[in-house]
Amino acid sequence: MCLGIPGRVTAVADDAGLRIGVVDFGGVRRDVCLAYVPEVEVGDYVVVHVGFAISRLDEAEALRTLEIIAAMPGAMEQELGPSSPSGVETGGAA
Amino acid sequence: MKYVEEYRDPQLAHQLLDQIHAVTTKPWSLMEVCGGQTNTIVRQGIDDVLPVGLRMVHGPGCPVCVTPLEMVDKACAIAVRPEVTFTSYGDMLRVPGSTSDLLSLKARGADVRVVYSPMEAVRIARDEPSRQVVFFAVGFETTAPANAMAVIRAHELGLANFSILVSHVLVPPAMTSILDDEECGIDAFLAAGHVCAVMGWREYEPIAARYRVPIVVTGFEPLDLLEGILMAVRQLESGRAEVENQYIRAVRRNGNEHAQDAIRRVFQVADRTWRGVGRIPDSGLELAPDYLSFDAAKRFAVDDIATLENPACIAGAILRGTKLPTQCAMYGTACTPRTPLGAPMVSSEGTCAAFYNAGRVGEPLTSATA
Repeated sequence: MCLGIPGRVTAVADDAGLRIGVVDFGGVRRDVCLAYVPEVEVGDYVVVHVGFAISRLDEAEALRTLEIIAAMPGAMEQELGPSSPSGVETGGAA
Repeated sequence: MKYVEEYRDPQLAHQLLDQIHAVTTKPWSLMEVCGGQTNTIVRQGIDDVLPVGLRMVHGPGCPVCVTPLEMVDKACAIAVRPEVTFTSYGDMLRVPGSTSDLLSLKARGADVRVVYSPMEAVRIARDEPSRQVVFFAVGFETTAPANAMAVIRAHELGLANFSILVSHVLVPPAMTSILDDEECGIDAFLAAGHVCAVMGWREYEPIAARYRVPIVVTGFEPLDLLEGILMAVRQLESGRAEVENQYIRAVRRNGNEHAQDAIRRVFQVADRTWRGVGRIPDSGLELAPDYLSFDAAKRFAVDDIATLENPACIAGAILRGTKLPTQCAMYGTACTPRTPLGAPMVSSEGTCAAFYNAGRVGEPLTSATA
């Protein structure tokens, strides 16, 4: 949960006062809270922890980091959950 | 190193390693306090290719592992209640409590769900108003802003059916606790990059000065670790004890101040018990008075709970860095990631699981002393 995955912001929206973005992690997309990175716009790269963007990252760095994480067995699934559309995924439980 | 193809630049990795060998003249012990870093070091075999006597000690950097047994037991006591939907990161589900774990309770019918963000738990609370939704808020400073926002959001939405079971810990007090131990042989620290992405590194400056210990803010990729190790050794060899930042691409000195504001709004600093380490003053977070109504421990009255550690598990010594997993009689026999006796074998960020998954066996000290 502390690994932090870099991804690209592809859309930004307001959810009842909360800034939410759709972030693309090398093909896997998730809703991400952008409240802590108000300066971030569509096209920017961010490091995401448990659904929150914590810092901005330069594109080249982000892409190389993503490659390395993709090479770590199970790392993407562990941080982002099973591959499925963003939003209402609750982890396949219940 | 094993998986050179995972490196961004294998040639640079070898250059960094050559420099580490060139500057190291004395034995040094460096501790990392980040499960992601531990995982990289062990998986890549970085500790095996360092100079003789330069030792990596794996500190209490796995948030799942340091969550005290008492909190796991409280989680179980809450999760079995029929009105409760208990939500947690997947890693926590298999951590053994005194008598059970969350995954076993789920198999027996408890409504336990895996989430990847506390905001998913808030969403469940909003969508299922008849359920009491509890989120297991564990972790270091990296996850605290997310948990703070979940509480702020639940408050804004007026969700009376949402609460969190808080077991938040802070890295700097754990470092000073380790340094205060008379048997501590740690010469320098690698500080966790993403903890510092949130908090910055100002709070590490007095620690470096007071204990004369170099602290290098370091990322979790193989090249980051090699560079962080090199920077720490250079400081040690030249008699410096400063805070340096290796992870410049994601960390600034002041960290993320928006995130820090949210943490300060929702939480306050409190004493915390670390599994395997014990009680450390001011080493964690609890809900601030304004948000106490979101405290699951109070809502479900599980404040007093008796615990029972598995006597065969040496997780405490593992977490303090005084023993390696391969020095445990249970390692790889009675205790595996499928049948964990203790938390460090559960999480991929745990030292025991990292060792097991990397296929480590036998005499571990030979690599450090041979």
